Amino acid sequence: MPILENKFEENVVFSTVDEMINWCRLSSIWPMTFGLACCAIEMMAVGAGQYDMDRFGAGAFRATPRQSDLMIVAGTVTYKMAIRIKRLYEQMPDPKYVMALGVCASAGGPYYEHGYHVLKGVDKIVPVDIYVPGCPPRPEALFDGLLKLQEKIRHQKVLRRPDDEEIAALQAQTEQYDQETRKLHPVPKEYRG
Amino acid sequence: MTRKREFKSQEIYVNMGPQHPSTHGVLRLMLRTDGEIVSDVAPMIGYLHRCAEKYGESGTYQMMIPYTDRMDYLAGMNCNWAYCLAAEKLGNVVVPERAEYIRIVMGELNRIASHLIAFGTYGLDLGAFTPFFYALDEREKILDLFEMVCGARLTYSYFRIGGVSQDLPEGWEQRCNQFIDDFRLRMKEFNDLLSHNYIFIKRTADVGVISPAMAIDYGCTGPVLRGSGVRWDLRIDEAYSLYDRFRFQIPIGRGEKGAIGDSWDRYMVRIREMEQSCDIIKQALRGLPDTGEYRAKVPKVFKPPKGEVYVRSESSKGELGFYLISDGTDRPYRVKARSPSLSNLCVLPAISEGMMIADLVATLGSLDIVMGEIDR
Amino acid sequence: MEIQEIHARLAREFPDAVEAPPEVTSGETFLKVTAASIQDVCRFLKTESDLEFDSLMSLSGVDYPPEELVVVYHLCSTLRRHRVVLKVFVPREDPKLPTVSSVWPTANWHEREAYDLFGIRFLGHPGLRRILLPHDWEGHPLRKDYVFPTEYRGIKCHD
Ligand code: SF4
Repeated sequence: MPILENKFEENVVFSTVDEMINWCRLSSIWPMTFGLACCAIEMMAVGAGQYDMDRFGAGAFRATPRQSDLMIVAGTVTYKMAIRIKRLYEQMPDPKYVMALGVCASAGGPYYEHGYHVLKGVDKIVPVDIYVPGCPPRPEALFDGLLKLQEKIRHQKVLRRPDDEEIAALQAQTEQYDQETRKLHPVPKEYRG
Repeated sequence: MTRKREFKSQEIYVNMGPQHPSTHGVLRLMLRTDGEIVSDVAPMIGYLHRCAEKYGESGTYQMMIPYTDRMDYLAGMNCNWAYCLAAEKLGNVVVPERAEYIRIVMGELNRIASHLIAFGTYGLDLGAFTPFFYALDEREKILDLFEMVCGARLTYSYFRIGGVSQDLPEGWEQRCNQFIDDFRLRMKEFNDLLSHNYIFIKRTADVGVISPAMAIDYGCTGPVLRGSGVRWDLRIDEAYSLYDRFRFQIPIGRGEKGAIGDSWDRYMVRIREMEQSCDIIKQALRGLPDTGEYRAKVPKVFKPPKGEVYVRSESSKGELGFYLISDGTDRPYRVKARSPSLSNLCVLPAISEGMMIADLVATLGSLDIVMGEIDR
Repeated sequence: MEIQEIHARLAREFPDAVEAPPEVTSGETFLKVTAASIQDVCRFLKTESDLEFDSLMSLSGVDYPPEELVVVYHLCSTLRRHRVVLKVFVPREDPKLPTVSSVWPTANWHEREAYDLFGIRFLGHPGLRRILLPHDWEGHPLRKDYVFPTEYRGIKCHD
């Protein structure tokens, strides 16, 4: 930034620690490379030159869940895949976010009525932060979803200790989640070969 | 102290996918490997089974068109076309000439777009990132053209039974012409960038060789079959639509860098096909009648007579066939899609024995599969 | 070669196995083959020098409740450029017929698909398992009387 360089005295910025942490988190969201169906092609287009997701600090697509913060569920989730998605989600380190891209991932979309093998919304198995409608959503819509997610992260409270009521609510949530998970796991041994 | 130690190797099972960057979607490969050497591959599919055939039976004939888009989402126009061809043959609909020309332009443009993705992602698979950006840049231009005619970037549903949904907007032809001219120049860059790149040739030549007899036995079609040196293209061999009026070549694999039917050949067939598609589009734009209907008069309630047809056409991946059975009502009794990627993929276990894992990725990429079409 | 000629050839070789193509008013006609002899007929069609059906374009199941399931074979010869449609009718209660995956390897996956979606059993198939749906799925969805599941491994299907 040559206009700003070498123009000021030494500076101090006042902010809260929360804000600082949130700012760090939201400026480098690393999504997971994880395409399911048609929407994934739009996600690819977003990663490429014309739209360029890197502008928002979210261009580093990682191939492994262990290095990523954001799971973009791009496409139709089937039952066969749902179990894997859940497992991928569990492998991601906290803090983790999920974006349901497209109507399929949000609610089943065009496959709602007769899609015997289609999960009607990925929020049935993992908690979703942002829903992006469209079939497929335009790249601009994906950006909008990303900015909304950044907005959400900006308002998170990281360091404040929750009070007793909040803790109880969180515990109840976790327990329910665990119970649901237990139904899905362990996955029986698949056929080989 | 020199004591001879015997190294014992052990075969292990490795899961590749369904979430893996180089399986092009949600394909899962179960590999039996001994170190780096693959001794057995079992593709497992179905992670994207979206019940398209059930949808075909549950709606009217027109209602199936959007679902065909989503089958091969890289070449939606070609899928629309194949389905409409089948429905038209079933209902004896004659498509007006102008509509046919528009369809050919769209089909070929979409073929280029699909091959561009194949080109870009193949580069990605082999560790070259730049071709991906080049390819998607060009593809965006094609998508802009599609957006002008139907408003969608990916799932077009532009074709209707008996024609297309709307006429070309004003100035579209010039823009398309302009694009083709520019694109021809870019093709040279593609070749410089990847096709004749030394490393790329080393990675792909003599890898994953499919012999012609094997390709036919396993039902391979499209660039995979032609890469094995078989001159078989439904656009010529079963000239549907108006393809018999066009002059173009069918590129086949000639074993320039290795054996006939290796990954490089298949890759190169796609590149050359893009050039041929440019030729076809040019001819079609020249021959496009200025006036005329863009859609035949087809009743809203489309009721083809009792009967059944199997119609196939050449989509960007190969032979895309639709088997339609009509029972005389306005809903198909059975819709079956014969997807090219399914047959192209089922040759993989047969050719991959004894390969390195990295070569397996190269072979899989050269088959250019789309999971939406395999699982439907 | 036209379908009548193909039928004549087959009728000479397999007198009781193949029925004459029925008259149809629109669309394509077909040859009805008995379940027991489908493999031999297919092998004959593939290897005979003036037929040479080297490619199996598609293999599909069709459900005609309440009695029958049909397996439809679309064959094509890339050398002689002719096509033929074969149909095998099997009872819906106990649908089984010999596999043709030894004739055309591509039939392997197509047959698995027909098994998965229709429950047709192909005898002698090298590994007849579900291909599209998960292995613990119940029912065969493309049968006309298929009832949609309400739950799969604890995930509710509809709200
Ligand atoms: S929302 Fe539409 S485009 Fe996206 S995966 Fe579903 S069907 Fe495909």
